Amino acid sequence: MRPLTDEETKTMFEKLSKYIGENIKLLIDRPDGTYCFRLHNDRLYYMSDKILKLATNISRDKLVSVGTCFGKFTKTQKFRLHITALDFLAPYAKFKVWVKPGSEQSFLYGNHIMKSGLGRITENTAQYQGVVVFSMADVPLGFGVAAKTTQECRKVDPMSIVVFHQADIGEYIRSEDTLT
Amino acid sequence: MGRKLDPTIKVKRGPGRKARKQKGAETELSKFLVDDDGPKKLSSRSRKRAVKRAQVTKEPKQEEKPKKGFTDENSKWLKPAPRKRKIEQSEEDEDSDSQWEEDDDEEGFDKKEMEEEEEEDDDDMVDDYGADEGDEQDSDGEELLPIERAARKQKKQTSKKPESDDDDDDDDDDDEEKDDLKEDGEEEEDTVQANIDETEQFKLPAAAERAKEGLLAMDLQTIHQRIRDNVDVLSHFSEKREEGKERSEYLSLLRSDLCTYYSYNEFLISKLMDLFPVSELIDFLEANEIQRPVTIRTNTLKTRRRDLAQALINRGVNLDPLGKWSKVGLVIYDSSVPIGATPEYLSGQYMLQGASSFLPVMALSPQEGESVLDMSAAPGGKTTYMAQLMRNTGMIVANDANADRLKSVVGNIHRLGVTNAVICNYDGRQFPKVMGGFDRVLLDAPCSGTGVISKDPGVKTGKDEADILRSAHLQKELILSAIDSVNADSPTGGYLVYCTCSIMVEENEWVVDYALKKRNVKLVPTGLDFGKEGFIRFKERRFHPSLKLSRRFYPHSQNMDGFFVAKLKKLSNAIPSAPRERDEEESSKTETAASSEQIQNPESKQQKPNSTPEKSNMGQKQKLKPKKSETPIITKKTGVKAENKKPDGAKKAKIAKLDGETSKKNEKPDKMQKVKELNGDSTKEVVMEKKEGSQFEKKNEMKRKNLLKNNTNRMGKNKFRKLKSMVGQ
Repeated sequence: MRPLTDEETKTMFEKLSKYIGENIKLLIDRPDGTYCFRLHNDRLYYMSDKILKLATNISRDKLVSVGTCFGKFTKTQKFRLHITALDFLAPYAKFKVWVKPGSEQSFLYGNHIMKSGLGRITENTAQYQGVVVFSMADVPLGFGVAAKTTQECRKVDPMSIVVFHQADIGEYIRSEDTLT
Repeated sequence: MGRKLDPTIKVKRGPGRKARKQKGAETELSKFLVDDDGPKKLSSRSRKRAVKRAQVTKEPKQEEKPKKGFTDENSKWLKPAPRKRKIEQSEEDEDSDSQWEEDDDEEGFDKKEMEEEEEEDDDDMVDDYGADEGDEQDSDGEELLPIERAARKQKKQTSKKPESDDDDDDDDDDDEEKDDLKEDGEEEEDTVQANIDETEQFKLPAAAERAKEGLLAMDLQTIHQRIRDNVDVLSHFSEKREEGKERSEYLSLLRSDLCTYYSYNEFLISKLMDLFPVSELIDFLEANEIQRPVTIRTNTLKTRRRDLAQALINRGVNLDPLGKWSKVGLVIYDSSVPIGATPEYLSGQYMLQGASSFLPVMALSPQEGESVLDMSAAPGGKTTYMAQLMRNTGMIVANDANADRLKSVVGNIHRLGVTNAVICNYDGRQFPKVMGGFDRVLLDAPCSGTGVISKDPGVKTGKDEADILRSAHLQKELILSAIDSVNADSPTGGYLVYCTCSIMVEENEWVVDYALKKRNVKLVPTGLDFGKEGFIRFKERRFHPSLKLSRRFYPHSQNMDGFFVAKLKKLSNAIPSAPRERDEEESSKTETAASSEQIQNPESKQQKPNSTPEKSNMGQKQKLKPKKSETPIITKKTGVKAENKKPDGAKKAKIAKLDGETSKKNEKPDKMQKVKELNGDSTKEVVMEKKEGSQFEKKNEMKRKNLLKNNTNRMGKNKFRKLKSMVGQ
């Protein structure tokens, strides 16, 4: 387990800020203690400093996971955000999309969201903006990238895609193995 | 004339309107095979015989009932013809008794056969009833083909079987069959003889009869009925037993029937018969055939039970709260959507978990801010429950030895939004070395799984003695590691919960008892007010009385998977080096600090036998000088004298060096002498080191040494170690 290099920190923050903007500092300075990011086996983990101290006792090859895994760095040092980060992105999300009950299942299977399934969308969403997807009951379902701006969404036909799927909670069942 | 009618050319005409079709051999035969219930034309002889039958049946009937224990409830399926056999049997009961006792004895069997044959002959003379097919056939004048005779015989045999609920009956039946076979052997030789030979061969050993039953392919119904009757007899043994039949005979029949009916192996059934009384055993076995209800646990980090229940009901799930003992459990009766795939599940609002798995975490009750270890965490249900009880504060270490199963732990932890967990992949036995000092530890030990047979029927046939003992061994090691990982001085905790999903005493009470002996722990109440108390004694084993505080759960009584939970509190961090059973040591020790220190010093010396114990010497010199320190040694030694041995070499070395180094005091030689008197042994070291001492001392030593040398044996390593540990405490 090691702290992030500057490069990695930059990449990671960029990615995160796509979804939660400048609320990143809220992730680090929390009222209940300082939290930090650490890298282990190319995966980014988010944990409090107490857990960090505990985890240093464990040898590297035996350590499987610490705190919450946010995502992983690919071989080419790009950062890929995992669904496991949803709990932290959702409360701080800047742009949200609500899906109609009928299309919930479709999104949970890994499909993109079409206009017909779109319930609500935050105002002023830019194109290719990172968004967090919610169900109508305000349960976070995953995140994606807006394919169209909010204005365009109103005009476009029902069968066109409005949100590109990136991660959804159905992955907990579909791809359990890739979480570690 | 008209039409030419040529009789040679016979035109086959189909059945006329009133023609009756012949239905085929089977149906035709069935008329024969049916027992004498059916309307049968009796010839004169058979009519006479029937009359005689009627006379004779009246008497034995009365005898039979009290003996056989077949009350009227069974009379429905008791058929007259077989009953005739029973009459015969009842006469031969005394014989069959003796036959039973000599079950394994070939001779006995042979004798029996002889007796029976004779009797049979007599009976024939007396013109007996139904048992002899051959006679019946001949006298009736019915000509049955050999195969029909064999079929009829077999039919009679099978009809006999369900009637008998006792071993003796079966055996009697078998005896009868044998006799019949022997008598009819002349007529039925070819076709049936082969079978007879086989059955005769099987009969001789004890399990012969059962093996024969295997050949005859008894149907499950009849076995089930027999089981029930057997249980009935066993429950009211004094009233319903057959005279002369031992309880063990009934039990052995029951055992094999249960194995057949429920598909268990002998080992497991025997174990279960030891654990449960017979009636409860049946309940347990039945409960293992059906699944326990599906239960879920609300994740209070994300939702409340009320809201979750509402959401699930809206999806079309039929559910109820689990019981008043749980505030987070829900039981699912049925559901139109897959429970493991609802959006609520995926967003981590609940977790599929067996009801029994709630219990150890409830017993452990981790508090906020504590550090907790879960030694065998996969698939993560208990870990996440602990995290939700701790409200994501403190820290949890979730460990499992199996890396594949750890993936599910990771998945569940992330899905349920647990942030205070560290997941690692150690063998649990390494744990105190990796990390220690936890406030609470949960050990859900890997076990044989005899409590979750309903989930995994492979356990029924797959487990044997070696498996159980292996599991028990591993569990013992794990529990010791777990205890060592707990910090006894924790302000809020110091608890360990040991649980298994097994009902075997070897894996449960025995392991906890072992832990009580090996470590400074004690059992405390689990806080679970339902469930059965743990055993204090079982067969030849006796456990610590506090085992009463542990709890057992069964599928048939609490409607949850078989489980065992025990909560231990660690009293002190010190590890007792000697088994705590040895009360002698403790009483002989004088518990003054000085003496214990002094004892420890020689011990530490012994641990480094050849290194110069000068440091300790110095220390001891100081201790030895004040007089009061001497007395403890000596009193201790007098106490120990009974046990004879004292870790010597180093101490003698110390003394010798003291003599050599310090100014000689009168005390010291005295002391030394005393030491030597007490020590029965002398070692070579002593010889060498004593040379340093004063001549006076030397002489004494030499003398004593010579004297002593004659008597001594060198103390072996193990004895030495034993002594050391005894003294060390």
